[in-house]
Amino acid sequence: MADAAMQMAPAAETRLQIAGLDAYYGESHVLHGVDIEVRRGEVVALLGRNGAGKTSTLRSIMGLVGRRTGSIRFDGSETANLQPHRIARLGLGYVPEERGIFASLNVQENLMLPPMIKAGGMSVADIFALFPNLKERLYSPGTKLSGGEQQMLAIGRILRTGADFILLDEPTEGLAPVIVQQIGQAVRRLKEGGLTMILVEQSIHFVSTIADRFYVMEDGHVVDHLTAAELAADRERLVTYLGV
Amino acid sequence: MFELIGIPPQALFGQLLLGLINGSFYALLSLGLAVIFGMLNVINFAHGALYMLGAFVAWFLLQYLGLGYWWALVLSPVAVGAVGIVIEKTMLQRLYKLDHLYGLLFTFGLALILEGIFKHFYGVSGQSYTTPDLFKGGTNLGFMFLPYYRGWVVVLSIAVCAATWYAIEKTRLGSYLRAATENPRLVQSFGINVPVMITLTYGFGVALAGLAGVMAAPIYSVNPLMGSNLIIVVFAVVVIGGMGSIFGAVVSGYLLGLLEGLTKVFMPEAANIVVFVIMVVVLLLRPAGLFGRER
Repeated sequence: MADAAMQMAPAAETRLQIAGLDAYYGESHVLHGVDIEVRRGEVVALLGRNGAGKTSTLRSIMGLVGRRTGSIRFDGSETANLQPHRIARLGLGYVPEERGIFASLNVQENLMLPPMIKAGGMSVADIFALFPNLKERLYSPGTKLSGGEQQMLAIGRILRTGADFILLDEPTEGLAPVIVQQIGQAVRRLKEGGLTMILVEQSIHFVSTIADRFYVMEDGHVVDHLTAAELAADRERLVTYLGV
Repeated sequence: MFELIGIPPQALFGQLLLGLINGSFYALLSLGLAVIFGMLNVINFAHGALYMLGAFVAWFLLQYLGLGYWWALVLSPVAVGAVGIVIEKTMLQRLYKLDHLYGLLFTFGLALILEGIFKHFYGVSGQSYTTPDLFKGGTNLGFMFLPYYRGWVVVLSIAVCAATWYAIEKTRLGSYLRAATENPRLVQSFGINVPVMITLTYGFGVALAGLAGVMAAPIYSVNPLMGSNLIIVVFAVVVIGGMGSIFGAVVSGYLLGLLEGLTKVFMPEAANIVVFVIMVVVLLLRPAGLFGRER
């Protein structure tokens, strides 16, 4: 907890500042006035039930929703009107909920697909050290991997690019406990390595050990905000929102 | 020499060669259609008109600039590709958000306009385009006579199809293309400029049609209707091979050309419909096509 308090110190610079964000898919209005701030080196978790707007928030940051209004400032520059490929080039890496492994590409091609966007990305050897399973399946079609391996591949290919702000959407969804542990360890090591992350999760158990701060979403609104210390002191507060 | 069930070998192999030539054009054109469909989800009805444009550009180059076949082989696909890029950038791009049907209708209209313009200025009788000197004449292989130019068309078509297949299936650029075909938004979120990729893909696809047009110029006359005569069969080929399958488009192009040739020998009256009969059968038994994946 001491670590979390350190990173909460006001000295840490703001990397992402979302203010008054509204987002739409066609006629449906999915985000209402969302405000979120993420500072350098933090892991921020978005919690909430299915359909609360967590994934839409990540997709809005990447410019992947139909229409959005409000402000999304990343490292000081406004991104709300940029195309997704321009946003990615600022140093953002997106690991989508459905993992997005390409069936017509083998594991190696999937891994090498995202172009380098910043210096300081992981080498392929480092990625294999983090996720040894991938090395053995290099020439299998990407979608022949197990769910856990696909998740590792989806995370690994983003780490190669040098993106230093990672959006992770439900990385543990539908995975066996032993794989969840492995993914958890990997995410912790990335945090120690200084990456900034937004982590969308339904499982408090998984994120409570990793995240520094928590935003709770409901029906497209941010309804609460807790630090790790506040969560540790009052776990019941979250349980009411998530209904677990 | 030997005879097969009363068919003289000259006739048999002659028709097979003719089938292979037709197949070469089917393959080049359906390859371009498959590449475009995979990336844009647009059935490019202007493909035949752009093939015709490729042949006319070759004829213009010779007529007005004195630039012969070899120049045309390079410049004409570049010109047609550039026309394609302009079409995609200024018009086609606006239709992606709508139903696929609009892309089809738009390209169909474009084909009619292009053909109409060329018909107005050049009539339908056709302009002749001479075979390049290097490939004049032919050789007697014993069982058949092989005109050199036709041999060249088959070789060049196979080489271009194989190179395109290799570039798409085995290179890094090709992996971008395959990935963007599956999930363009995600590929764009990796920092790849997908809209530009789409534009270039359309340009490349129609450049293949332009190349086929140049190759066809010395064989068929350069005629405003040459594209619409061919493109209907090519669409049948694409449906048989499977929409969006690169390999399927190429292989079914050659096979159906050969099959048409064979039908001309054994049952000439069915030669013009055999491809369509196969299309119907394939659609009934395997709607995604022989090499296609169900979407």
